[in-house]
Amino acid sequence: MTVPPSPTPAILPLTLDAASYAAGGQVLLSDVSVTITSGRRLVIMGANGAGKTLLLRLCHGLIDPTAGRRIWADGSARTAAQAMVFQRPVLLRRTVAANIAYPLALQGMAADQRRDMVARTLHRFGLTPLADRRARRLSGGEQQRVALARAWAMTPHVLFLDEPTSALDPSATRIIEDMIASIAAEGITIVMTTHDLGQARRLAEDVAFLHRGRLIEHRPAAPFFAGPHTPEARAHLAGDLIW
Amino acid sequence: MEDPFATAFALMASGDPELRQIIGLSLRVTLTAVAIACMIGLPLGAALALARFPGRGALVVLFNALMGLPPVVAGLMVYLLLSRSGPMGGLGLLFTPTAMVVAQTLLILPIVVSLTRSVTEDLWLEYHEQLRSLGAGRLRAVPTLLWDGRVSLLTGVLAGFGRASAEVGAVLIVGGNIAGHTRTMTTAITLETARGQLGLAVALGIILMAMTLTLNAVAWGVGQWAKERLE
Repeated sequence: MTVPPSPTPAILPLTLDAASYAAGGQVLLSDVSVTITSGRRLVIMGANGAGKTLLLRLCHGLIDPTAGRRIWADGSARTAAQAMVFQRPVLLRRTVAANIAYPLALQGMAADQRRDMVARTLHRFGLTPLADRRARRLSGGEQQRVALARAWAMTPHVLFLDEPTSALDPSATRIIEDMIASIAAEGITIVMTTHDLGQARRLAEDVAFLHRGRLIEHRPAAPFFAGPHTPEARAHLAGDLIW
Repeated sequence: MEDPFATAFALMASGDPELRQIIGLSLRVTLTAVAIACMIGLPLGAALALARFPGRGALVVLFNALMGLPPVVAGLMVYLLLSRSGPMGGLGLLFTPTAMVVAQTLLILPIVVSLTRSVTEDLWLEYHEQLRSLGAGRLRAVPTLLWDGRVSLLTGVLAGFGRASAEVGAVLIVGGNIAGHTRTMTTAITLETARGQLGLAVALGIILMAMTLTLNAVAWGVGQWAKERLE
């Protein structure tokens, strides 16, 4: 799990096979079967409490299904070639550069390679001027950019993002969306949740729609937005128009 | 009776060699004990915060309780261990500075362990999902949490230093207050007061308090500075 995924073993598609998650006697995700294919931008949509975050955590391997299975194509239980950006990412009490170097050290990357990778990452996302700043002292938008850069530096094949812009103002949201789009353009698979319907329209190639812990639609984005099959998804999109 | 304060200042001003020897030994013993307690207590406290095993709760309570361990009892325990007929009597350590270091380490260790546990437990709550996501298991998280908790941990280390430099019971029992060999500031104060020679006692008292004050001022300053620059 500390081996960098350089020779590209195919970890995708990721398949959830009738995966459920229950806690405290409550079924929070129920019978979710989904295949996440390589190179796509999948947006998970649904109302608050529908289980979006839980589904991401389940895919990422932070929790395990209480029933059903999670299957990576390379057969591993939890592949290293993935990264996740949390809704409120935790940055370490160190400099920005040290934050980006940290997971690389965990991957066992040698110090000189690490320095190069950190420099490359900072440059890639225009964060070089912030390299020596204390990460915790940055604004919310800057912190989210650092978190996204840190995830990218781990050279994931699939990047999970949980409401990456929910706490940000429009200009910071714009920057993050551009970062996500440019990361996706490199061929990295994106799986993200959002309650921002405009953002979903801008970023989604595929949409998975959750309703009360069940996956009730999973389709390419264009037809989904043009005409959802389910009344729940229709109502959700209609909310967009009202607001 | 002479004015003890006048004597005290005269002694301090003259740089009395006996006084300097006593201060030097006190600092050496206490700082060594603090260093050893940190080497053991920081990883142990973090491990206690992260590990889940039966009896963990009891261990946590025990270390909390031991923070109030009376120094004389710590001294007695080390005395029994090191006395001629004790299990480690053959080492001939009783009434040496080494014995005093051992006793003071015993006093400081619970403070370092308990505070480290509490600091790392809070940090772990905040960090654990993120660290797991980044690829760090519990074991690898220990140095990460200690480093990220360094500012708060400093307080615990200073509390340990404060306790050890102020206590008299433990060093008196295992050190024996031998002039020029195991006499520290606190044991000297005890002795000189009992003999009615208040000059040296007051001088040492003033120095001890000045040291504590300086140390805490420095610690506070470092803490403020670190909050700005290290978090």
